[in-house]
Amino acid sequence: MNTVAVVDYGMGNLHSVAKALEHAGDCRVVVTHEAKLIREADRVVLPGVGAIRDCIAEIKRLELDKIIHEVSRDRPFLGVCVGMQALMDFSEENDGTQCLKVLPGQVKYFGDKLTDTQGTVLKVPHMGWNQVHQENNHPMWHGINQDERFYFVHSYYVEAGCPEIVAATSNHGVSFAAALTQGSLFATQFHPEKSQHAGLALYANFLKWDGKA
Amino acid sequence: MSLAKRIIPCLDVDAGRVVKGVNFVDIRDAGDPVEVARRYDEQGADEITFLDITASSDDRETMVHMVEQVAGEVFIPLTVGGGIRSTDDIRRMLNAGADKVGINTAAVHNPEFVKEAAERFGSQCIVVAIDAKRVSAESEPARWEIFTHGGRKPTGIDAVEWAKKMVAYGAGEILLTSMDRDGTKIGFDLELTRAVSDAVNVPVIASGGVGTLEHLAEGVKEGHAEAVLAASIFHFGEFTVEQAKQCMQKAGIEVRL
Repeated sequence: MNTVAVVDYGMGNLHSVAKALEHAGDCRVVVTHEAKLIREADRVVLPGVGAIRDCIAEIKRLELDKIIHEVSRDRPFLGVCVGMQALMDFSEENDGTQCLKVLPGQVKYFGDKLTDTQGTVLKVPHMGWNQVHQENNHPMWHGINQDERFYFVHSYYVEAGCPEIVAATSNHGVSFAAALTQGSLFATQFHPEKSQHAGLALYANFLKWDGKA
Repeated sequence: MSLAKRIIPCLDVDAGRVVKGVNFVDIRDAGDPVEVARRYDEQGADEITFLDITASSDDRETMVHMVEQVAGEVFIPLTVGGGIRSTDDIRRMLNAGADKVGINTAAVHNPEFVKEAAERFGSQCIVVAIDAKRVSAESEPARWEIFTHGGRKPTGIDAVEWAKKMVAYGAGEILLTSMDRDGTKIGFDLELTRAVSDAVNVPVIASGGVGTLEHLAEGVKEGHAEAVLAASIFHFGEFTVEQAKQCMQKAGIEVRL
């Protein structure tokens, strides 16, 4: 049986992520921060909500940073929301926070004076269902429509350090990375566990993914 | 490519049961929160809000179990309001699978609570619910005040100023209910909705007074709301969420269909 470790570092809607994975396909979900259990799992999910500094601090306190570097390279790995932002080099949030540097890029604030091309004010947080434009034919997109809507809630966005890692983009006054990929790692800014059918389809793809692009 | 405006059905829950008569034609148990939530999910609801109206504190734990059950079956965002008074209440709801919590009276009694909650859990999950009532005479410029206890108790606090303050304290979203319109079915107080929406940078959910699908579209177009919340028009099977979205789309509003 497919074992999925959902990394528990006290920051995230773990219940929803675990339930969505179980709904999406045959798997055994282990919610844990134990290095041994994470290393034993076939797949790893790094969720996250809340402020980045607390997330990084907890990851370091639980000595999960080394393990995240390791399992994001050697098996299918999925980062979600702040779990994606934590993988980047640096975030502007909390007066500047050094992140895990698994992926190249910066996390930036949407800004207080955000508008669309017509000049209409755009609210922050970017909260709700927005279109996700797939930038590649990754197996994680299998059966999911181009420009499908997924549920987002965030005030900071990822500006990727190189275009090759961008798996999808979305737009909220600025074009930003909605999904990233590198080797066996995939990460989404949106919440698949809150994105109804399309979200469950993405989790189902993750459970089948062999970790190759 | 842009963000869709959201439609949010709201359910009143007492001791773990949906009350105030949800009445779909073929529903087996209209009081079962899981079944009702699943219906709204199928109709395309963008989020669901549960308002806990449980009077007895003994039954509060039931709400946590209800959230767990719904979150295990329905994969769209869930907000829980009513009776959220401490960071411990918030933590329990989020752990059970809620994505956001609504803070109302507790914010009025202790604004610092909102600050503490936002710092601890992030603004994205803190919704401040504002119940406002027009207090100006017809000849005067419009002014609204915050009321508590179901609209019975005035606080003397200006609604627009209060919304700004709550955002400064870390609220990630404002749920704005017009107590003048609540239950009237004559439409949102659009002037109030626009005054608050234009004053703050975070999303505002319009609530109170929806009687037709056109009212929902007005909330967005004229009220400048990011989302619209309604209860009775959906509960009695009068309209589906899908019909509401089609109506909004015809009005030129971007929706998730």
